[in-house]
Amino acid sequence: MVRSEKKIFKNAKHKKKMNDAFEDRVFYTVINLMLVFAVIIIGIPLIYVVAASFSSPNAVISGKVLLWPVEFNLEGYKAVFQHKLIVRSYLNSLFYMVVGTFINVVLTLCAAYPLSRKDLPGGKGIMLLFTFTMIFTGGLIPTYLLVSNLHMLDTVWAIIIPNAISVYNMIVVCTFIKSNIPRELMEAAQVDGCGDFKFFTKFVIPLSKPVIAVITLYYAISYWNMYFHALIYLRNENLYPLQIVLKDILVSNKISANMVYDSELAAAKEGLSELLKYSLIIVSVVPVLIIYPFVQKYFVQGVMIGSIKG
Amino acid sequence: MQSKEISLSAMPKRRSYKNWGKQIVNHWQLYLLLLPPLIYLIIFKYIPMFGLQIAFKDYSPNLGIWNSPWVGMKNLVRFLNNYQFWRLLKNTLTVSVYSLICSTLTAILLAICLNCIRSKARKKLVQTVTYLPHFISVVVIVGMMNQIFNPLMGTYGVIYKHLFGTEAPNIMGDPDAFYHVYVWSGIWQNVGWNSIIYIAALSAVDTELYDAARVDGASRVRMVWMIDLPTILPTIVVLLILNSGHIMSVGYEKTLLMQNSFNIQKSEMIPTYVYKQGLQNNGDYSYATAVGMFDSVINFILIVCVNKIANKLGDNSLW
Repeated sequence: MVRSEKKIFKNAKHKKKMNDAFEDRVFYTVINLMLVFAVIIIGIPLIYVVAASFSSPNAVISGKVLLWPVEFNLEGYKAVFQHKLIVRSYLNSLFYMVVGTFINVVLTLCAAYPLSRKDLPGGKGIMLLFTFTMIFTGGLIPTYLLVSNLHMLDTVWAIIIPNAISVYNMIVVCTFIKSNIPRELMEAAQVDGCGDFKFFTKFVIPLSKPVIAVITLYYAISYWNMYFHALIYLRNENLYPLQIVLKDILVSNKISANMVYDSELAAAKEGLSELLKYSLIIVSVVPVLIIYPFVQKYFVQGVMIGSIKG
Repeated sequence: MQSKEISLSAMPKRRSYKNWGKQIVNHWQLYLLLLPPLIYLIIFKYIPMFGLQIAFKDYSPNLGIWNSPWVGMKNLVRFLNNYQFWRLLKNTLTVSVYSLICSTLTAILLAICLNCIRSKARKKLVQTVTYLPHFISVVVIVGMMNQIFNPLMGTYGVIYKHLFGTEAPNIMGDPDAFYHVYVWSGIWQNVGWNSIIYIAALSAVDTELYDAARVDGASRVRMVWMIDLPTILPTIVVLLILNSGHIMSVGYEKTLLMQNSFNIQKSEMIPTYVYKQGLQNNGDYSYATAVGMFDSVINFILIVCVNKIANKLGDNSLW
């Protein structure tokens, strides 16, 4: 009798296991389906834009393009590169990105290293000054008035200087230095007569390369993608960054026929201006796409370092 | 002046004053490094805070910030009595709360799914694709939406016509669709990025925990409920607190781009209103500053309250 009871028990257990296996299989199927869904939903619009940018104007306005270029041609790209404003603003954006990122990274490092030192008198108070600006700011209008009072409106500096440090990035670097550069190293260096400057340039910067890569990329991308500051601070077309021109063409639809290179038919013009939008999107995200695969890992690291603190 | 500030904020209790002065002198190189960022911070972050006083003044550019006459709460009262006030508040809150809830849930879902699959290559593929849109600018995102949702030429329009035989409704111009289009396009762009932090939290789970659960006969679904979710709960709470700090400052950059004369009833929010009143139409600086300040004060109160609540419920809080 005992034996049969055991047998029943064993059977029940077996049955449960079978059920679980089934349940698990359903679970994994659902998970995989959801992921496939996510990839499709996110990927298809991107592929569509690429495909459209290589298609013919006619195919684009008649909506024939889906995932593959229809009547492959490069008219759109030709139009983009013949558009003077686009080319100039593209170069402007590159300039803002390089110079702005350089200034930001230098300032961020200058702030992060001293604040990562626990033995700095007043360090905590200064850190508080920095973090407070993350919660409370003067807001749009007072900042605008300040920039205007400093006579920076309509200059290159209006784009670069008011955003020279992101406190978030500063904290990321600070956390990294704290956890990766051992105190003993500094003490040993001090014994050898190495001052703080020298230690900063000879040890801290080389040892922080990964985190410097992260913030450089953060800053570079944010400069490349910035449009609002340019919108409020710049009037001069010659200083426009690419995003403002993109906004005019893609969103406000301000595309005059003479901007697009001359073709006789109005219909062709319309097709070309539509096509130009797709090509323009691709051209504008190229810098981001080029660096993206190389730095994906670093971006992720940046979020992680930031999250330790946050 | 700088050293005075430091001496006030970090007076060590045990050290004598003399010792302390020596400490500062010893660290002069560090202070020198800190000087440029600190000057930047004071000029570009703290001086605008003093500029906030124009919210209570009748600012005129000739008189400047300090000499303009005080008018008390006039500007704020004007905003509270404005016929648009409740609509702006409702739009702002609806969009940001809706967006906060849905983006958190989708990010958690994605993170859990990614955590469950074992194939490294598949995981990598999903991550690469889902992180990508985060780096595309909002201008391009809105531009893409305009193209794709175009009722005549866009993919959406073409497919709609195929399926239903009629011309598709214009989603981008439909006021009732605005909230949804705004929120879900945001999720489309950022779900992968937002999931990173949860994936990181999940990767900290000890794999022995799963093995133990399996021995006890737990199914994978049960493990999600009993192991995965409790693991990321603190992260969720902290992120919710942090994000509640942005509730009143919904992505005005994207909103401005998505606005058009059709959906303005639903798409006008407090931050875009500030921009338009202050910098676009007539340059009513004082009024716009008052509205902006109202916005950030509410925000500040919100973040403190949410933190309090989180504190009461458990021991997850920021401070």
